[in-house]
Amino acid sequence: MAKGKVSRLNAFVALKDVTHAYGSGDGFPAVEHLSLSIAEGEFAAVVGPSGCGKSTLMKLATGLQFPRAGTILVGGAPVTQPVRIAGMAFQNPTLLPWRTTLENLLLPLEIVEPHRSRLKRERGSYVAKAERLLAQVGLKGQGGKYPWELSGGMQQRASLCRALIHEPQLLLLDEPFGALDAFTREELWCVIRDLHAERRMTVVLVTHDLREATFLADRIFCMSARPGRIVAERVVDFPRPRDLEVTYTKAFIDIVHELRGHIADARKTA
Amino acid sequence: MSAEADTVSATAEAEARAVRDAAARARASQARRLMLAPWLCTIGFFLLWEVFCRVFGVSSYVLPAPSDILDATIAYWWPLLFHSFHTLWMTTAGFILAIVFGLVLGLALGASRFVHAGLYPLLVGFNAIPKVAVVPILVIWFGVGWLPAVLTAFMISFFPIVVNVATGLATIEPEVEDVLRALGARKLDIMLKVGVPRSLPYFFGSLKVAITLAYVGSVIAEYNASRNGIGNLMARASADFNVPLLFAALIALAVLGIMIYAVMAWLERRMTAWAQRSQFAA
Ligand SMILES: Nc1ncnc2c1ncn2[C@@H]1O[C@H](COP(=O)(O)OP(=O)(O)OP(=O)(O)O)[C@@H](O)[C@H]1O
Ligand SMILES: [Mg+2]
Repeated sequence: MAKGKVSRLNAFVALKDVTHAYGSGDGFPAVEHLSLSIAEGEFAAVVGPSGCGKSTLMKLATGLQFPRAGTILVGGAPVTQPVRIAGMAFQNPTLLPWRTTLENLLLPLEIVEPHRSRLKRERGSYVAKAERLLAQVGLKGQGGKYPWELSGGMQQRASLCRALIHEPQLLLLDEPFGALDAFTREELWCVIRDLHAERRMTVVLVTHDLREATFLADRIFCMSARPGRIVAERVVDFPRPRDLEVTYTKAFIDIVHELRGHIADARKTA
Repeated sequence: MSAEADTVSATAEAEARAVRDAAARARASQARRLMLAPWLCTIGFFLLWEVFCRVFGVSSYVLPAPSDILDATIAYWWPLLFHSFHTLWMTTAGFILAIVFGLVLGLALGASRFVHAGLYPLLVGFNAIPKVAVVPILVIWFGVGWLPAVLTAFMISFFPIVVNVATGLATIEPEVEDVLRALGARKLDIMLKVGVPRSLPYFFGSLKVAITLAYVGSVIAEYNASRNGIGNLMARASADFNVPLLFAALIALAVLGIMIYAVMAWLERRMTAWAQRSQFAA
């Protein structure tokens, strides 16, 4: 197993020996002694059995939850409040039904500075930017539609745009393609791949789809069953840009097999 | 051979057209029947009532026939109209108070778990009190007149508004909240951008219930403590054993009730079209 070491110095997201339990008492922890570090601009994927604490990991990394023990650093600073620099997208598109797609996209700009104070004055340029982004994910000219006028895949694309509109340094995707059909999913893999290639933001992708993780990520973390911690770390060094064809090569399939083995082990010990 | 095929296909086409036309006609006539249904049912109801009264010779002191009620309506058209307007006015005043108060309290309840925990039991208790029992107290405080009617309408109708607004605010999807908080949104941002728009369908939905309750409230108060309004007209009619007038007043109440409900339902449809089309879980 190739075990890549990221130097702690340029780690953009670092969790050190983190333990977290939900609720007030000392309940059974969701994650325990969890350590990982992700370099700036790196595309990381997290895989693991259901309920092992992947979403919890996301909430910890964004300061939506605070750990019982351990330290979390994002961008070199300890996380003591919600991070303000993260874009998030979930399996459920969570667009607001009373806003058009375009207005949904502008929502982060109504919150994040410096856009917040500029939005009124420079609305035209922001709208143009949102429309460019929509075109990039294949939603050209759909901005005026309401979310419920879009198909599930289209909503997911819009949700992705919303996560990206304010050009976050950190993009967190929690099973963003889980509810989509195989073709749309592969199409969106390519969308994400291209956006990452263009912007070089740090991405953390939680997924159950091992092919998805292997195709997109530079580094894959496998988690154990609850309480979750990292049981394996796999560097994927296929050259970029990757073509979907790579998913049919032997090397690719070997990695998927290897990951499968880790997950199976994690489930067995649960 | 080909001419034959042509005629065959022409007949087939004509047949298909006929079938399509028939289907369209059937749909149109079904729509018409749906439009007519409420009228037919209402007219049928009154016809049955009339027949029942005539066949069994029911005294108009017990149950006046619709024709007697109609006579009374015509004879007393001015008092009925005047008092209906008075009731409508009391109801509207109480209802507007209820909206203002209900919105403020609902927002407070939805925004703060502390306020919710503290006030909710109190509200439930207050709501459980039959408002008829409060009218005498209002009379002691304010005397007989319009104030008890407005206040009763207000007290009886703000609760559903509070509960609905608070529910809309309190049930924001956690993922939406996560997305916004990870952007650094403050609690007020989340309230204004998500909470309030989200609770609007609940709010407008509650108005239908609230206006009907407000109406009940003002009639109760008028019955007991007023010199005006349909409630008061009924109190006087019943003291005079003027049963047809009593029934005419009841029917005036029903008509007015349907009208204000329809206005609220229309408002709800107008204001929250997105909620109905997105099958928003209300
Ligand atoms: N808000 C919460 N309150 C209490 N317990 C929670 C909460 N959220 C998650 N948990 C618990 O923490 C554990 C980890 O949950 P988490 O959502 O992180 O899992 P996951 O790896 O994302 O699962 P899945 O792959 O099914 O999405 C679970 O066992 C769950 O029961
Ligand atoms: Mg999850």
